[in-house]
Amino acid sequence: MSLIPARARGALSRIYAMLMKEFIQLRRDRITLATMITVPLMQLFLFGFAINTTPRDLPTAVLLQENTDVGRSILAALRNTAFFDIRKVATSEAEVESLLRSGSVLFVIEIPAGFERALRRGETPAMLVSADATDPVAAGSALGALEGVVQSALSRDRVTGVAPPAPPTFEIRQHRRFNPAGSSQLNIVPGLLGTILTMTMLIFTALSVTREVERGTMESLLAMPIRPLEIMLGKIAPYVVVGFLQATLIVSAGVFVFGVPMLGNLALLAGLTTLFIAANLSIGYTFSTLAQNQLQAVQMAMMFFLPNILLSGFMFPFAGMPLWARGIGECLPLTHYIRIVRGIMLKGADLADLQHDGLWLVGLMLVAMTIAVRRFRQTLD
Amino acid sequence: MMEAAPDIVIDVAGLTKTFGARTVVKDLTLQVRRGQIYGFLGPNGSGKTTTIRMLCGLLTPDGGAGTCLGYDIRTQSHLIKRRVGYMTQRFSLYQDLSIRENLEFVGRVFGLEDPRAAAREAIDRLGLGGRENQLAGELSGGWKQRLALGACILPRPDLLLLDEPTAGVDPKARRDFWNEIHDLSAQGLTVLVSTHYMDEAERCHEIAYIAYGELLAHGPVDEVVRAAGLQTWRVSGEDLHSLAAALTHLPGLELVAPFGASLHVGGRDHAAVEAAIAPWRNDPRYVWRADEPTLEDVFIDLMSRKRDNFRDTAS
Repeated sequence: MSLIPARARGALSRIYAMLMKEFIQLRRDRITLATMITVPLMQLFLFGFAINTTPRDLPTAVLLQENTDVGRSILAALRNTAFFDIRKVATSEAEVESLLRSGSVLFVIEIPAGFERALRRGETPAMLVSADATDPVAAGSALGALEGVVQSALSRDRVTGVAPPAPPTFEIRQHRRFNPAGSSQLNIVPGLLGTILTMTMLIFTALSVTREVERGTMESLLAMPIRPLEIMLGKIAPYVVVGFLQATLIVSAGVFVFGVPMLGNLALLAGLTTLFIAANLSIGYTFSTLAQNQLQAVQMAMMFFLPNILLSGFMFPFAGMPLWARGIGECLPLTHYIRIVRGIMLKGADLADLQHDGLWLVGLMLVAMTIAVRRFRQTLD
Repeated sequence: MMEAAPDIVIDVAGLTKTFGARTVVKDLTLQVRRGQIYGFLGPNGSGKTTTIRMLCGLLTPDGGAGTCLGYDIRTQSHLIKRRVGYMTQRFSLYQDLSIRENLEFVGRVFGLEDPRAAAREAIDRLGLGGRENQLAGELSGGWKQRLALGACILPRPDLLLLDEPTAGVDPKARRDFWNEIHDLSAQGLTVLVSTHYMDEAERCHEIAYIAYGELLAHGPVDEVVRAAGLQTWRVSGEDLHSLAAALTHLPGLELVAPFGASLHVGGRDHAAVEAAIAPWRNDPRYVWRADEPTLEDVFIDLMSRKRDNFRDTAS
């Protein structure tokens, strides 16, 4: 009657049994269910709205050692940019030093005495900028903006009365591709999709086997005719659906709330996202077969999560890392997924562009599954 | 590999299991015939659970070999699992699944044609109709145990392994449970059941007594009692407490135990027993009556002698 051989039908029936059981348990676990929806949304909005690596309104003090037109016009120009928030116009070195040291300001712009005179003479006087570089990211982009601000202030002011400075012999044209405005959200939202999925998927399956052991249900389960591979597939499958819903939620919020473009093929993104979810679930499940209890499993998941955050290119540029760190990074699913998401959403990449990263995900998933099935303790020995 | 006769369901010899330095089961040999209710008795930590787990493939024996339902317990446990219903000591169904969902899960894992129908049938048989959507974790101890048994027999196994199934269950539920076991056995199912209760032991066709990992006695109840060769007296009268204190350490008396308003006194060496009790035999305060030893007398005697041997060899 059926085309499926009896053996395979038995296996499918067992996987289905496991899958249904997990779905029902998941449905009854209100807290986990709530976590699945709120954690991604919360992270997305926190990261998306609160974090910006192109900072604005940096607290700044100006040390004005002469009261001249040039000084005032530079001050006005600084006030006009969104980068700096002039908190204090100081008159002594000691005052700005203490402001900087206490963290009240991140920048001190010093216009020395005789600045205007030197400028009118055609000399090149120095303007000292001290930045609190304990946060290099914040300092960097503001410093980059400073020169332009002062330059345009001076030319508008025409204080020099001489011809505008000779144009440099060459100029660099920046072409910010795929993210012309340099918006952080465009970088963070796709990265966040992978990060949130990694975290939630790891935890869900990391708990799945240890929970059965701790609740005492493992003994019955092991005494039944079900194989480790069937248990694993049955336990992973429901969370693929959950992960897919989370991904849909995050991508929708990214596109509609944060205006992240969707240049590539949505179906391709969906397919590779499913693969990424399955890879993380397999890794979490592997931890679950190695851990003695739920706490250990969560700790393992966290240990794995940390390099994912740091070495995947989510937080820091991948290309800037030393070779060994990039080597570790290549072995993390998140590294490849971030490339995939940025590629599809921001650059319109197709499968041919992403096949390398896709194959890595398949490989990592299979390695994790093999370890899990081999490590699964079929007896209570 | 030894071939079990078709009517021998469990046939193991020399089973040994150690955990670290501790030998939990030592050289255990056991045969259980088809359709029998086989009682497995012994004090806590005597190796009953470990033996049951070895029979259904949950533990690998360190020594010995044998068959369960004709399959090798070392290499064919996946085949054994299909035909065995194992009821664990601790309730091990899913507490957050309903009665029906738990039964359907078992039905699907065992690959039944129609798990839903099988679950419905089991619910009716268990008398749980109308409560099938209640979560298993909300059931009382007695109902949990009925449900667990229902789940075990759902796939129609040939052998039931029940590990202290009636621990913590009230007498009425216990009786119902045993009636059900006898019905199942009448239908040809073989049952191996571990228990602490003497009345349950007496409802078994055969029993095995295990202490400190060793099989000390086995056979039908009356045979085990007879083989123990105990001579016992039942003493009634006043101030039995001081009599018990006086008798306890006398040579020849292996058993001095109060039983309600009387005292059980006995030993193996009949002449020695007579000699030991002689000073009180004609004491008007006491009435002495020769008595049949109970199964409990036999077990307590077996266990204390085993413990003494254990101490002797250890020291």
